[in-house]
Amino acid sequence: MARALINVPPKAKRGEVIEIKTLISHEIESGFRPDSVGKLVPRDIITLFVATYNGQEIFRADLHPAIAANPFISFFTVATESGKIEFKWTGDNGFSQTETAAITVE
Amino acid sequence: MTGRRVAASPCRVSCRVLSRAFVLAALVIANSFTSGAEIPLAQRQSGYEFMTRETRAMQDDDTTNPGMLWVLDGEALWSRKAGEAGKSCADCHGDAPANMKGVAARYPAFNAARNRPINLEQRVNLCRTEQQKAAPLAFESKDMLALTAFIGRQSRGMPIADPMNDRTRPFIEAGRDMFFRRQGQINLSCAQCHDDNWGGKLAGVPIPQGHATGYPLYRLEWQAMGSLQRRLRNCLTGMRAESFPLGADDYVDLEIFLMWRARGMPVETPAVRP
Repeated sequence: MARALINVPPKAKRGEVIEIKTLISHEIESGFRPDSVGKLVPRDIITLFVATYNGQEIFRADLHPAIAANPFISFFTVATESGKIEFKWTGDNGFSQTETAAITVE
Repeated sequence: MTGRRVAASPCRVSCRVLSRAFVLAALVIANSFTSGAEIPLAQRQSGYEFMTRETRAMQDDDTTNPGMLWVLDGEALWSRKAGEAGKSCADCHGDAPANMKGVAARYPAFNAARNRPINLEQRVNLCRTEQQKAAPLAFESKDMLALTAFIGRQSRGMPIADPMNDRTRPFIEAGRDMFFRRQGQINLSCAQCHDDNWGGKLAGVPIPQGHATGYPLYRLEWQAMGSLQRRLRNCLTGMRAESFPLGADDYVDLEIFLMWRARGMPVETPAVRP
Protein backbone atom coordinates (compact mmCIF):
# COMPACT_ATOMS: atom_id res chain seq x y z
CA MET A 1 0.00 0.00 0.00
CA ALA A 2 1.21 3.44 -0.82
CA ARG A 3 1.99 5.95 1.88
CA ALA A 4 -0.41 8.87 2.09
CA LEU A 5 -0.36 12.06 4.14
CA ILE A 6 -3.69 13.72 4.85
CA ASN A 7 -4.19 17.10 6.47
CA VAL A 8 -7.78 17.78 7.56
CA PRO A 9 -8.32 20.16 10.48
CA PRO A 10 -9.59 17.96 13.34
CA LYS A 11 -12.02 20.68 14.49
CA ALA A 12 -13.91 23.40 12.60
CA LYS A 13 -16.83 25.77 13.11
CA ARG A 14 -20.05 25.07 11.19
CA GLY A 15 -19.96 26.91 7.88
CA GLU A 16 -16.21 27.50 8.02
CA VAL A 17 -14.18 27.10 4.85
CA ILE A 18 -11.44 24.55 5.50
CA GLU A 19 -8.40 23.57 3.47
CA ILE A 20 -7.71 19.89 2.91
CA LYS A 21 -4.31 18.70 1.76
CA THR A 22 -3.40 15.24 0.50
CA LEU A 23 -0.14 13.72 -0.61
CA ILE A 24 0.32 10.15 -1.82
CA SER A 25 3.43 8.23 -2.76
CA HIS A 26 3.26 6.99 -6.35
CA GLU A 27 5.90 6.70 -9.07
CA ILE A 28 3.64 8.18 -11.80
CA GLU A 29 5.33 6.62 -14.81
CA SER A 30 4.13 8.74 -17.73
CA GLY A 31 4.37 6.05 -20.41
CA PHE A 32 6.49 8.33 -22.60
CA ARG A 33 9.89 7.57 -21.10
CA PRO A 34 12.26 5.08 -22.71
CA ASP A 35 14.22 2.67 -20.53
CA SER A 36 17.94 1.90 -20.84
CA VAL A 37 17.43 -0.12 -24.02
CA GLY A 38 15.10 2.39 -25.66
CA LYS A 39 11.83 0.60 -24.99
CA LEU A 40 8.98 2.69 -23.61
CA VAL A 41 8.23 2.05 -19.94
CA PRO A 42 4.51 1.22 -19.72
CA ARG A 43 2.28 3.91 -18.28
CA ASP A 44 1.52 3.62 -14.55
CA ILE A 45 -0.29 6.66 -13.21
CA ILE A 46 -3.11 7.62 -10.88
CA THR A 47 -6.10 8.50 -13.03
CA LEU A 48 -8.76 9.57 -10.55
CA PHE A 49 -8.99 11.19 -7.13
CA VAL A 50 -12.33 11.49 -5.33
CA ALA A 51 -13.13 12.94 -1.90
CA THR A 52 -16.42 12.30 -0.14
CA TYR A 53 -17.75 13.96 3.02
CA ASN A 54 -20.05 11.63 4.93
CA GLY A 55 -20.75 9.80 1.68
CA GLN A 56 -21.35 12.89 -0.43
CA GLU A 57 -18.85 13.71 -3.15
CA ILE A 58 -17.17 17.07 -2.57
CA PHE A 59 -14.15 16.95 -4.88
CA ARG A 60 -13.07 14.98 -7.93
CA ALA A 61 -10.01 15.24 -10.16
CA ASP A 62 -8.92 13.39 -13.30
CA LEU A 63 -5.16 12.95 -13.42
CA HIS A 64 -3.11 12.68 -16.59
CA PRO A 65 0.46 11.65 -17.48
CA ALA A 66 1.93 15.14 -17.01
CA ILE A 67 1.34 15.00 -13.25
CA ALA A 68 4.54 14.78 -11.16
CA ALA A 69 5.34 11.77 -9.00
CA ASN A 70 3.88 11.70 -5.46
CA PRO A 71 0.93 13.94 -6.39
CA PHE A 72 -0.12 16.61 -3.92
CA ILE A 73 -3.77 17.67 -4.14
CA SER A 74 -5.26 20.43 -2.05
CA PHE A 75 -8.79 21.83 -2.10
CA PHE A 76 -11.29 23.75 0.01
CA THR A 77 -14.67 22.75 1.34
CA VAL A 78 -17.27 24.00 3.82
CA ALA A 79 -17.39 22.25 7.19
CA THR A 80 -21.04 21.25 7.43
CA GLU A 81 -21.22 18.44 9.97
CA SER A 82 -19.05 16.13 12.06
CA GLY A 83 -18.06 12.90 10.45
CA LYS A 84 -15.67 11.29 8.05
CA ILE A 85 -13.95 12.59 4.95
CA GLU A 86 -12.86 9.79 2.66
CA PHE A 87 -10.21 10.03 -0.05
CA LYS A 88 -9.87 7.54 -2.86
CA TRP A 89 -7.13 7.33 -5.48
CA THR A 90 -7.49 4.94 -8.41
CA GLY A 91 -5.06 4.29 -11.22
CA ASP A 92 -3.40 1.97 -13.70
CA ASN A 93 -2.65 -1.68 -12.90
CA GLY A 94 -5.52 -1.88 -10.44
CA PHE A 95 -4.11 0.82 -8.14
CA SER A 96 -6.66 1.76 -5.51
CA GLN A 97 -6.23 3.32 -2.13
CA THR A 98 -8.63 4.79 0.38
CA GLU A 99 -7.81 6.95 3.39
CA THR A 100 -10.19 8.59 5.85
CA ALA A 101 -9.95 11.47 8.26
CA ALA A 102 -12.33 12.48 11.02
CA ILE A 103 -13.59 16.01 11.53
CA THR A 104 -15.56 17.48 14.42
CA VAL A 105 -17.81 20.43 13.53
CA GLU A 106 -19.07 22.62 16.34
CA MET B 1 9.06 19.38 -11.70
CA THR B 2 9.27 19.17 -15.43
CA GLY B 3 12.93 18.20 -15.62
CA ARG B 4 12.25 14.50 -15.88
CA ARG B 5 10.19 14.59 -18.97
CA VAL B 6 11.19 17.60 -20.97
CA ALA B 7 10.75 16.57 -24.57
CA ALA B 8 12.95 19.05 -26.36
CA SER B 9 13.80 19.05 -30.03
CA PRO B 10 17.45 18.23 -30.88
CA CYS B 11 18.11 21.89 -31.71
CA ARG B 12 16.75 23.01 -28.41
CA VAL B 13 18.95 20.58 -26.56
CA SER B 14 22.13 21.62 -28.33
CA CYS B 15 21.29 25.32 -27.92
CA ARG B 16 20.74 24.76 -24.23
CA VAL B 17 23.97 22.84 -23.85
CA LEU B 18 25.80 25.58 -25.74
CA SER B 19 24.33 28.36 -23.63
CA ARG B 20 25.09 26.46 -20.45
CA ALA B 21 28.65 25.88 -21.56
CA PHE B 22 28.91 29.57 -22.33
CA VAL B 23 27.69 30.54 -18.88
CA LEU B 24 30.15 28.15 -17.28
CA ALA B 25 32.96 29.40 -19.46
CA ALA B 26 32.08 32.96 -18.43
CA LEU B 27 32.14 31.87 -14.79
CA VAL B 28 35.54 30.27 -15.20
CA ILE B 29 36.98 33.37 -16.85
CA ALA B 30 35.50 35.63 -14.19
CA ASN B 31 37.01 33.48 -11.50
CA SER B 32 40.48 33.23 -12.83
CA PHE B 33 40.87 36.84 -11.70
CA THR B 34 39.48 36.44 -8.20
CA SER B 35 41.02 34.44 -5.42
CA GLY B 36 38.74 31.86 -3.81
CA ALA B 37 37.72 32.81 -0.30
CA GLU B 38 35.72 30.76 2.14
CA ILE B 39 32.36 32.13 3.25
CA PRO B 40 32.59 33.73 6.72
CA LEU B 41 30.65 31.71 9.31
CA ALA B 42 28.11 34.45 9.95
CA GLN B 43 27.29 34.80 6.25
CA ARG B 44 26.43 31.18 5.67
CA GLN B 45 22.94 30.43 4.34
CA SER B 46 21.14 27.18 3.84
CA GLY B 47 19.84 26.35 0.36
CA TYR B 48 16.43 26.95 1.96
CA GLU B 49 17.08 30.71 1.83
CA PHE B 50 17.41 30.57 -1.95
CA MET B 51 14.07 28.82 -2.52
CA THR B 52 10.72 30.28 -3.49
CA ARG B 53 8.06 30.86 -0.85
CA GLU B 54 6.05 27.92 -2.20
CA THR B 55 8.91 25.45 -1.95
CA ARG B 56 9.73 26.65 1.58
CA ALA B 57 6.11 26.15 2.61
CA MET B 58 6.26 22.64 1.18
CA GLN B 59 9.29 21.81 3.33
CA ASP B 60 7.94 23.44 6.48
CA ASP B 61 4.66 21.51 6.68
CA ASP B 62 5.07 17.81 7.46
CA THR B 63 1.84 17.02 5.64
CA THR B 64 3.01 18.62 2.39
CA ASN B 65 6.69 17.66 2.57
CA PRO B 66 7.02 14.63 0.27
CA GLY B 67 10.19 13.62 2.14
CA MET B 68 7.89 12.61 5.00
CA LEU B 69 6.64 9.71 2.84
CA TRP B 70 10.16 8.25 3.11
CA VAL B 71 10.41 9.12 6.80
CA LEU B 72 7.22 7.13 7.47
CA ASP B 73 8.61 4.19 5.49
CA GLY B 74 11.79 4.45 7.54
CA GLU B 75 9.80 4.43 10.76
CA ALA B 76 8.21 1.14 9.69
CA LEU B 77 11.61 -0.31 8.73
CA TRP B 78 13.10 0.75 12.06
CA SER B 79 11.10 -1.87 13.96
CA ARG B 80 11.04 -4.55 11.25
CA LYS B 81 13.22 -7.57 11.99
CA ALA B 82 15.79 -8.36 9.32
CA GLY B 83 18.58 -10.82 8.57
CA GLU B 84 19.66 -14.09 10.13
CA ALA B 85 19.94 -12.51 13.57
CA GLY B 86 16.24 -11.66 13.40
CA LYS B 87 16.87 -8.25 14.96
CA SER B 88 15.40 -4.88 14.11
CA CYS B 89 17.10 -1.50 14.49
CA ALA B 90 14.80 -0.87 17.44
CA ASP B 91 15.98 -4.04 19.23
CA CYS B 92 19.39 -2.42 19.76
CA HIS B 93 18.69 1.32 19.51
CA GLY B 94 15.21 1.41 21.06
CA ASP B 95 12.96 4.37 20.59
CA ALA B 96 14.32 6.44 17.69
CA PRO B 97 12.97 9.90 18.70
CA ALA B 98 14.72 9.54 22.05
CA ASN B 99 17.86 7.62 21.16
CA MET B 100 18.68 8.73 17.62
CA LYS B 101 18.36 12.44 18.35
CA GLY B 102 21.50 14.20 17.15
CA VAL B 103 23.06 11.11 15.54
CA ALA B 104 22.70 12.27 11.93
CA ALA B 105 24.11 15.66 12.95
CA ARG B 106 27.48 14.05 13.67
CA TYR B 107 27.87 11.93 10.53
CA PRO B 108 30.16 11.19 8.66
CA ALA B 109 32.02 10.07 11.79
CA PHE B 110 35.30 8.26 12.37
CA ASN B 111 35.03 4.49 12.43
CA ALA B 112 37.89 2.77 14.24
CA ALA B 113 37.48 -0.57 12.46
CA ARG B 114 37.78 1.04 9.02
CA ASN B 115 40.27 3.59 10.27
CA ARG B 116 38.48 6.36 8.38
CA PRO B 117 35.23 8.31 8.49
CA ILE B 118 32.05 6.60 7.32
CA ASN B 119 28.76 8.23 6.42
CA LEU B 120 25.31 7.42 7.76
CA GLU B 121 24.53 5.07 4.87
CA GLN B 122 27.69 3.07 5.54
CA ARG B 123 26.87 3.02 9.26
CA VAL B 124 23.43 1.57 8.48
CA ASN B 125 25.04 -1.12 6.33
CA LEU B 126 27.59 -1.94 9.05
CA CYS B 127 24.69 -2.50 11.44
CA ARG B 128 22.97 -4.66 8.85
CA THR B 129 25.93 -6.88 8.07
CA GLU B 130 27.40 -7.11 11.57
CA GLN B 131 24.42 -6.94 13.91
CA GLN B 132 21.48 -8.10 11.83
CA LYS B 133 23.46 -10.50 9.61
CA ALA B 134 21.51 -9.14 6.69
CA ALA B 135 22.52 -8.13 3.18
CA PRO B 136 23.62 -4.48 2.94
CA LEU B 137 21.14 -2.06 1.42
CA ALA B 138 22.06 -0.62 -1.96
CA PHE B 139 22.95 3.08 -1.97
CA GLU B 140 20.00 5.16 -3.22
CA SER B 141 17.60 2.24 -2.73
CA LYS B 142 14.20 3.11 -1.35
CA ASP B 143 14.89 1.35 1.96
CA MET B 144 18.28 3.03 2.45
CA LEU B 145 16.80 6.48 1.76
CA ALA B 146 13.84 5.75 4.03
CA LEU B 147 16.03 4.66 6.96
CA THR B 148 18.49 7.53 6.64
CA ALA B 149 15.63 10.02 6.23
CA PHE B 150 13.99 8.64 9.36
CA ILE B 151 17.26 8.79 11.33
CA GLY B 152 18.01 12.26 9.95
CA ARG B 153 14.54 13.49 10.90
CA GLN B 154 15.33 12.81 14.57
CA SER B 155 18.03 15.51 14.40
CA ARG B 156 15.98 18.14 12.63
CA GLY B 157 16.70 21.58 14.03
CA MET B 158 19.84 20.45 15.83
CA PRO B 159 23.18 22.06 14.96
CA ILE B 160 25.55 20.05 12.76
CA ALA B 161 28.41 18.88 14.99
CA ASP B 162 31.93 20.02 14.16
CA PRO B 163 33.56 16.80 12.92
CA MET B 164 37.13 18.13 13.24
CA ASN B 165 39.43 16.14 15.51
CA ASP B 166 42.88 14.62 15.23
CA ARG B 167 41.61 11.45 13.59
CA THR B 168 39.27 13.09 11.08
CA ARG B 169 41.58 15.99 10.17
CA PRO B 170 43.41 14.30 7.26
CA PHE B 171 40.11 13.24 5.70
CA ILE B 172 38.55 16.67 6.07
CA GLU B 173 41.70 18.10 4.47
CA ALA B 174 41.35 15.61 1.59
CA GLY B 175 37.74 16.69 1.15
CA ARG B 176 38.75 20.31 1.20
CA ASP B 177 41.37 19.65 -1.48
CA MET B 178 38.70 18.12 -3.66
CA PHE B 179 36.37 21.07 -3.02
CA PHE B 180 39.00 23.53 -4.27
CA ARG B 181 40.41 21.34 -7.04
CA ARG B 182 39.51 22.24 -10.60
CA GLN B 183 38.30 19.22 -12.45
CA GLY B 184 36.38 17.98 -15.46
CA GLN B 185 36.28 19.23 -19.00
CA ILE B 186 35.09 22.64 -17.81
CA ASN B 187 38.01 22.83 -15.37
CA LEU B 188 35.78 23.99 -12.55
CA SER B 189 36.01 23.52 -8.78
CA CYS B 190 33.15 23.27 -6.27
CA ALA B 191 34.41 26.47 -4.64
CA GLN B 192 34.13 28.51 -7.83
CA CYS B 193 30.35 28.14 -7.71
CA HIS B 194 29.58 27.70 -4.03
CA ASP B 195 32.16 30.00 -2.39
CA ASP B 196 32.76 32.63 -5.06
CA ASN B 197 29.46 32.89 -6.94
CA TRP B 198 26.69 31.90 -4.55
CA GLY B 199 23.61 34.03 -4.98
CA GLY B 200 24.28 34.28 -8.71
CA LYS B 201 22.54 32.27 -11.36
CA LEU B 202 23.57 29.24 -13.35
CA ALA B 203 21.27 28.54 -16.30
CA GLY B 204 18.60 30.65 -14.60
CA VAL B 205 18.79 28.77 -11.31
CA PRO B 206 20.17 30.37 -8.10
CA ILE B 207 23.55 29.02 -7.02
CA PRO B 208 23.36 28.11 -3.31
CA GLN B 209 26.30 28.04 -0.94
CA GLY B 210 26.31 24.26 -1.04
CA HIS B 211 25.70 23.44 2.60
CA ALA B 212 24.50 19.86 2.90
CA THR B 213 22.09 20.49 5.77
CA GLY B 214 19.00 18.59 4.66
CA TYR B 215 20.08 15.24 3.21
CA PRO B 216 18.59 12.89 2.28
CA LEU B 217 16.23 15.36 0.66
CA TYR B 218 13.34 15.46 -1.76
CA ARG B 219 14.34 17.14 -4.96
CA LEU B 220 11.47 18.30 -7.15
CA GLU B 221 13.57 17.78 -10.27
CA TRP B 222 14.23 14.16 -9.27
CA GLN B 223 10.62 13.72 -8.15
CA ALA B 224 12.19 11.56 -5.48
CA MET B 225 14.41 11.40 -2.45
CA GLY B 226 18.16 11.38 -2.92
CA SER B 227 21.30 11.27 -0.80
CA LEU B 228 24.12 13.79 -0.68
CA GLN B 229 26.20 11.48 -2.87
CA ARG B 230 23.54 11.62 -5.57
CA ARG B 231 23.76 15.40 -5.39
CA LEU B 232 27.57 15.30 -5.60
CA ARG B 233 27.42 12.96 -8.58
CA ASN B 234 25.02 15.44 -10.18
CA CYS B 235 27.46 18.31 -9.65
CA LEU B 236 30.41 16.30 -10.98
CA THR B 237 28.45 15.35 -14.09
CA GLY B 238 27.59 19.04 -14.58
CA MET B 239 31.30 19.86 -14.37
CA ARG B 240 31.91 17.13 -16.98
CA ALA B 241 34.11 15.41 -14.45
CA GLU B 242 34.20 11.70 -13.79
CA SER B 243 32.00 10.78 -10.85
CA PHE B 244 32.92 8.14 -8.27
CA PRO B 245 30.97 4.97 -7.56
CA LEU B 246 28.40 5.54 -4.80
CA GLY B 247 29.95 4.91 -1.40
CA ALA B 248 33.47 5.79 -2.57
CA ASP B 249 35.90 7.12 0.03
CA ASP B 250 36.40 10.30 -2.04
CA TYR B 251 32.72 11.16 -1.62
CA VAL B 252 32.83 10.52 2.12
CA ASP B 253 35.88 12.80 2.46
CA LEU B 254 33.99 15.52 0.62
CA GLU B 255 30.91 14.87 2.77
CA ILE B 256 32.82 15.25 6.02
CA PHE B 257 34.44 18.44 4.72
CA LEU B 258 30.97 19.78 3.83
CA MET B 259 29.76 18.96 7.34
CA TRP B 260 32.74 20.81 8.79
CA ARG B 261 31.94 23.71 6.46
CA ALA B 262 28.28 23.67 7.65
CA ARG B 263 29.13 23.10 11.33
CA GLY B 264 26.59 24.68 13.64
CA MET B 265 23.93 25.09 10.95
CA PRO B 266 20.61 23.36 11.76
CA VAL B 267 19.76 19.97 10.26
CA GLU B 268 16.73 20.22 7.93
CA THR B 269 16.23 16.56 7.01
CA PRO B 270 14.05 15.81 5.10
CA ALA B 271 14.55 19.04 3.18
CA VAL B 272 12.85 19.93 -0.11
CA ARG B 273 14.89 21.47 -2.91
CA PRO B 274 13.93 22.52 -6.44
